[in-house]
Amino acid sequence: MAKYLFLKHYRGAPTPENDTPMDQWTPEEFTAHVQFMSDFADRLEASGEFVDGQALAPDGLWVRYDGPGRPPVTDGPFAETKDLIAGWMIVDVDSQQRAIELAGELSAAPGAGGEPIHEWLEVRPFLTAPPTITD
Amino acid sequence: MGEADLRALVPRVLSVLVRRGADFATAEDAVQEALIRALSRWDTDPPHDPEGWLVTVAWRAFLDLARSESTRRDREVRIGGEPPTGSASGVDDTLHLYFLCAHPELSPSSAVALTLRAVGGLTTRQIAEAYLVPEATMAQRISRAKRTVARSGLDRPGDVQTVMRVLYLVFNEGYSGQVDLAAEAIRLTRQLAGFVDAPEVDGLLALMLLHHARRPSRTRPDGGIVPLAEQDRTRWETELVAEGVAILQRALVRDRLGEYQAQAAIAALHADAPRFADTDWVQIVEWYDELLGFADTAITRLNRAVAVGHADGGPAGLAALAEVPEGTPRRTAVAAHLHERCGDLELAARLYAVAASEATSLAERDHQTRQAARVNQMLAEIDPS
Repeated sequence: MAKYLFLKHYRGAPTPENDTPMDQWTPEEFTAHVQFMSDFADRLEASGEFVDGQALAPDGLWVRYDGPGRPPVTDGPFAETKDLIAGWMIVDVDSQQRAIELAGELSAAPGAGGEPIHEWLEVRPFLTAPPTITD
Repeated sequence: MGEADLRALVPRVLSVLVRRGADFATAEDAVQEALIRALSRWDTDPPHDPEGWLVTVAWRAFLDLARSESTRRDREVRIGGEPPTGSASGVDDTLHLYFLCAHPELSPSSAVALTLRAVGGLTTRQIAEAYLVPEATMAQRISRAKRTVARSGLDRPGDVQTVMRVLYLVFNEGYSGQVDLAAEAIRLTRQLAGFVDAPEVDGLLALMLLHHARRPSRTRPDGGIVPLAEQDRTRWETELVAEGVAILQRALVRDRLGEYQAQAAIAALHADAPRFADTDWVQIVEWYDELLGFADTAITRLNRAVAVGHADGGPAGLAALAEVPEGTPRRTAVAAHLHERCGDLELAARLYAVAASEATSLAERDHQTRQAARVNQMLAEIDPS
């Protein structure tokens, strides 16, 4: 088994095919989208492949250490940040192929007109603990 | 014996150990061990005397813990003989535990965790699941909390005010794991109301019951929010409403008003309306004015602006909203709602979309997005170009 992270982006991913913003969908289309996402997570839980899923607010800060005895420096949020993570899902699957298959299904969530949004998802494998047997 | 009955024994057992001379922190660990053993064993092998069983097992666990600790740290631990299980004053002891766990030097999250374990009798795992953190993290939070309580002195515990704040926090957390925190908060508040004679505690209990009554109608099957205006009121639990109203009325006649009673009164007025359109908004605004006298917070002013919008119309609501500081959570959502009431659909749709981006929960974000979509659809129907 290997863990994969599916990253959703507010910004930074290639523009998907069906790119109408959510507030321009009809309420029924939006409900169908939410239902799809919830069903997808339920299905992965049932198949024993779901680990975690979280959403992030778009606002954030940059923070860094500024020397002993001083408070950290904060900066931002930067409206022009190129890459902005919207949330993630972590799955634990048998193969990279399965991870890709699942990300593909997630990307088919319905959007405007009830058509799949074709959203680009970033799929990243977790680094693992070293194996016990190495020779 | 159900799990709730078992949990109700926990503070009493802990009090017995402390009365026998056990230090609070170790005794609390020992009771937790006994509780976990009871949970795994009682299903198949229930004891005749559950409280006696817990006391015996917890006391043995305490002796083991204390001995290993004294060996490790090479220090004297006061271990008395085994005095009989006195039942001198269970009520005072349990009440003292409430105060201890709501110690003013504890952070809110620590006070909540310690209260749920020592008074509520939940296991560390259950509390961790309820707050979506790893069990090891929650275990550390609880033992740090106990060290703080021990260091700051057991003789300066919290008071009813701090206890009520902790219980309010637990209730507001709702439920996400296997433990229903709202129901647990009600159980603990009901118990507290039996120990102390304070109308505000009754007010808090009434507030919880009245909100709990609406729970079946508050969420959609997919977890989304159903706003008060759209809730199916036939699904409100009338028994809880009746109990909440009765408790509130008994509290109010004693004429020692406070913020929880005022909040409960607002909830009672909502519960009293058979349909949303029947809501007595004028009286609700009056109760918000009372509430401002006790707790002049931005959130109270924001909720008051919503009520004013219903009582006196959108423009009056917007005037009330002007007094709410920018940056108050949900302020944009309320502005969107009030502009919609004023008939400015374009501005309302834009503000709903902004409110979605500012939302602090997924359910709230989805709700505001749905509102934006709804108003945009109305606009498209008016002008299909």
